[in-house]
Amino acid sequence: MFLIACPHCGPRSQAEFVYERAEEAVAYPDGTPQETLAALYTRANPRDFAWELWRHAYGCRGWIRMRRHRTTHEIAEIEAVGARL
Amino acid sequence: MIDRDRGIAFTFDGRTYEGYPGDTLASALLAQGVHLMGRSFKYHRPRGVMAAGVEEPNALVGVGTGGRFEPNTRATDLFIYEGLKAVSQNRWPSLGLDIGAANSLIARFIPAGFYYKTFIGPPWLWKIYEHVIRQAAGLGAAPNAAEADAFEHRAAFCDVLVVGSGPAGLAAALAASEAGARVILAEQDIRLGGALLRDPATLDGLSALDWIAEAEARLKTLGARILTRTTAMGYYDHNQLTLIERRVEAGQTPGPGGLAQRLWRVRAGKVVIAAGASERPVLFSNNDRPGVMLAQAARSYRRRFGVLPGRRAIIATNNDDAYRTALDLAEAGAEIVAILDSRPLADSPICQAARAKFRAHLDARLVAALGSKRVNGATAVVAGRTISVEGDLIAVSGGFTPLVHLHMQAGGALDWNDAGGAFTPGAGRQGQISAGAAARREGLSEVLADGARAGGEAASALGFRSGTAREAPIAATAFDAPHHTLARFETAPGVNLKTAFVDTQNDVTAADIDLAWREGYRSVEHLKRYTTLGMATDQGKSSNILGLARLAAAEGRTVPEVGLTTFRPPFTPVTLGALAGEATGADMAPLRRTPLFSVHAALSPPWQPVGYWQRPRAYPRPGESLAAAGLREALCVRQSVGMTDISTLGKFEIVGPDAAAFLARICATPVAKLAVGRGRYTFMLREDGMVVDDGTLWRLDEHRYLLTSSTGGADRMPALLSYVRHILDPGLKVAFASVQERWGAVAVAGPGAAAVVRSLGLEPPAHMGLTRGSVDAGQVLVLAASYSGERAFEIYAPAHELTDLWRRLDTAITSEGGTTYGLEALELLRIEKGHIETGAEIDGRRTPGDLDLQRMLRGKGGYVGAPALARPALTDPQRLRFVGLEAVSGAPIPEGAMLLTKAAGRPHGHVTSAGLRLDGSGAGIALSLLKAGPERLGETLIAASPSRGRNVLVRVVSPVFHDPEGTRYRE
Ligand SMILES: [Zn+2]
Repeated sequence: MFLIACPHCGPRSQAEFVYERAEEAVAYPDGTPQETLAALYTRANPRDFAWELWRHAYGCRGWIRMRRHRTTHEIAEIEAVGARL
Repeated sequence: MIDRDRGIAFTFDGRTYEGYPGDTLASALLAQGVHLMGRSFKYHRPRGVMAAGVEEPNALVGVGTGGRFEPNTRATDLFIYEGLKAVSQNRWPSLGLDIGAANSLIARFIPAGFYYKTFIGPPWLWKIYEHVIRQAAGLGAAPNAAEADAFEHRAAFCDVLVVGSGPAGLAAALAASEAGARVILAEQDIRLGGALLRDPATLDGLSALDWIAEAEARLKTLGARILTRTTAMGYYDHNQLTLIERRVEAGQTPGPGGLAQRLWRVRAGKVVIAAGASERPVLFSNNDRPGVMLAQAARSYRRRFGVLPGRRAIIATNNDDAYRTALDLAEAGAEIVAILDSRPLADSPICQAARAKFRAHLDARLVAALGSKRVNGATAVVAGRTISVEGDLIAVSGGFTPLVHLHMQAGGALDWNDAGGAFTPGAGRQGQISAGAAARREGLSEVLADGARAGGEAASALGFRSGTAREAPIAATAFDAPHHTLARFETAPGVNLKTAFVDTQNDVTAADIDLAWREGYRSVEHLKRYTTLGMATDQGKSSNILGLARLAAAEGRTVPEVGLTTFRPPFTPVTLGALAGEATGADMAPLRRTPLFSVHAALSPPWQPVGYWQRPRAYPRPGESLAAAGLREALCVRQSVGMTDISTLGKFEIVGPDAAAFLARICATPVAKLAVGRGRYTFMLREDGMVVDDGTLWRLDEHRYLLTSSTGGADRMPALLSYVRHILDPGLKVAFASVQERWGAVAVAGPGAAAVVRSLGLEPPAHMGLTRGSVDAGQVLVLAASYSGERAFEIYAPAHELTDLWRRLDTAITSEGGTTYGLEALELLRIEKGHIETGAEIDGRRTPGDLDLQRMLRGKGGYVGAPALARPALTDPQRLRFVGLEAVSGAPIPEGAMLLTKAAGRPHGHVTSAGLRLDGSGAGIALSLLKAGPERLGETLIAASPSRGRNVLVRVVSPVFHDPEGTRYRE
């Protein structure tokens, strides 16, 4: 269980959050088929930090962008993202 | 440490014994002269106690009865209580006389990989093999009754968590607490002290026991939380650890409240791992005989439990520490027959002291233990010469394995110490700091200093003032020095490798490992799986290094080159009840009640769980079967009118000037042209182009919409709405809210539905139209949408007013000759009308084209999932596509059946929903997904259900069986 510092709520257990996707996995509805396929199926998965989208589903329901290491799970940066609540 | 004033009666294999408070089952039995405590897993060899703690591989027992029975409990980790009932394992008919021990005689027929090699053949043979394997498999018996006691979960936070309360752990906890850190100290034993309970010492001028008591009092004063009988099971991400606190022993009845165990989830700033080290056994023939014991364990039994495990002891060692055992046992009156030291040189003060008293041999290694149910001697090679000695105890020490489990679970690296033959904790990745014997520190002063250092370091890393850190305790003890281990893993000449056990719990011998290597199993991961080395309940605590070293020697490589398998939680076995906690039975999941729950419940209908909801399946009359009731209700809807509770549907209100633009992202159907006061069918896609849910969209006002979704989709829909709102289009002026529980809803369907609506004083809207009105001063919303294929209305009312509305409707419906109906009828009506359903046809793998929704798609795209639909594979006509089936004979079609042609080959599809005609014929019909389905109308297939043992001949037809022209629901 990670400890995630929600920018709105402070440090909370991972149990309150939903992992949504890697940021580069966002497929825009107006994108080309190629962009969509790249976002959905042909992403790299390096042993490194990557930006991800999470949602504080069982807390403030806000969206979060975080830079997490894919093997050590260290969270280097975290920030609020999305429409103003 | 044993209270001799009060006796405790317990039974072992039905015989009553007496022990004392503070005894483990092992110490109490040893005190009674019982050394034979179990039979081994594979060969049913007699086994006794090897250890004095949780690493015990042999003495496993079943404890308790009924719902409190617990198998595979270590006799060394079970503190006796009045009424304890323990039974030995793997023996039949009795421990002393075991018929399965014949396996010992045929041991050469059960080598490593026996099952892999023997049970090879065509798949049908597995039906026979499985019985044979199941008979032989499994360690211990499973309980045969439901868990009798309660378990709970609790969360806790601290600055420094200290695991282990031996000298290092206590010193660390004191140092961190004195610096001001909030400390939790977890000790798996029933009392604090660790190795201090085994070896005499003076600390800060106090006896070990007095010093422990003072340390405990001081920690409590400083606010530390001390958890005894609490094991750190796993070290997870971001410094979260799971602890299991045992409130009672295995099989014991808990006090008031019935709490048996508590699972703690502790989030710590830093973690001091002071878990100690476990002693390794030595490889020689019959090294598993009762009476062969680890040297430190022998000392524990003597010092802590007051039991002399043997009168004539043979000591075999590769280090100085076992000499302590020799001196200790001699002090208690035992005869030390011989010390067999495998090292060429041993001249530490303790070795010299022992040599002055006992016969001690250097360059001496055990060849075999003699005796069967109890050792009576041993043979050894001393400088190339074979000697034979008599004795009833062989105390062995093959060196020490630091308990790096938690360190490794936390992502820590390992270093290799060659002389000690041990992996030691290297660089950490989280907040872990190993201290004391767990970090391969030896000698009491060194261990105390290391603990104090670790505790101080942990506190100061978290910003606590290190200036106030406490000095390490001053120890005074005999032979306060390192152990000078010289690990030699090769066996002595003359050892029979087939009885030299590496892993006694899984009966893996040195010969098995050699065989696996000869057969090409070079990777430690393969070796482990092939031989089952280290895969028993002790997870190889004592056997891992011996096995690795043997593989490394065969390979001509070093142990670190061969590598170590991953240590995974839990550190010791955990009962499933502790993991479940409170989440059992009715508390396993929340129960969601619709506003009409108590109205339904008063009729005691058969319930259908739908997610967390409970919905009535039907409302059977007295003596009526569920199937008959469902059919009666469905026919009533077709012929007159019926009503059903649809409050569980997802309902979302979307408001704002950009609401239409927002919905155009969500819905794959046209949105913009929807007029105020109108609704339409819609569906939603995932980004990969697959349909995930469907529902209806209603325009309530210029900038206000109501979107409904399926019951199952209601919990997923907010994620999609939120994703579009915050990630795809954060600039839109729109807000949404789930109104699922604000509105309750009742569907009224059937030719008489409009009359019922009118009787409430409401004007029935045209199909896919809506009206607002009031019933008894309560506001309602009437939507004309049909799921059944009949003229139908969904009447929405505020949840707290729904019961009144339902009662009014009930009167109106009854006077029309109608009925209430449940899910069974709802399904029969839907299937006959050919409507798809989320969870059946909408299974997450179907495109709009697959489900015949292509013509409803919004041409301009722009909705989630639109770009992916261009993939060629998604428009392949050979995909599984939606069609109807009718049984050629009229028989019911089995749901889930595979669709086969008469030619051999793979299934062409499957039945997704099965129903029957409501036209009086009762003929079996079904909805299905069939390869190129719509192109195969008229074709005959076999709907085959091996699990039901039924095959039904079916014809491919249009999925709309009822009113294909769609005239009935329009009135
Ligand atoms: Zn939050």
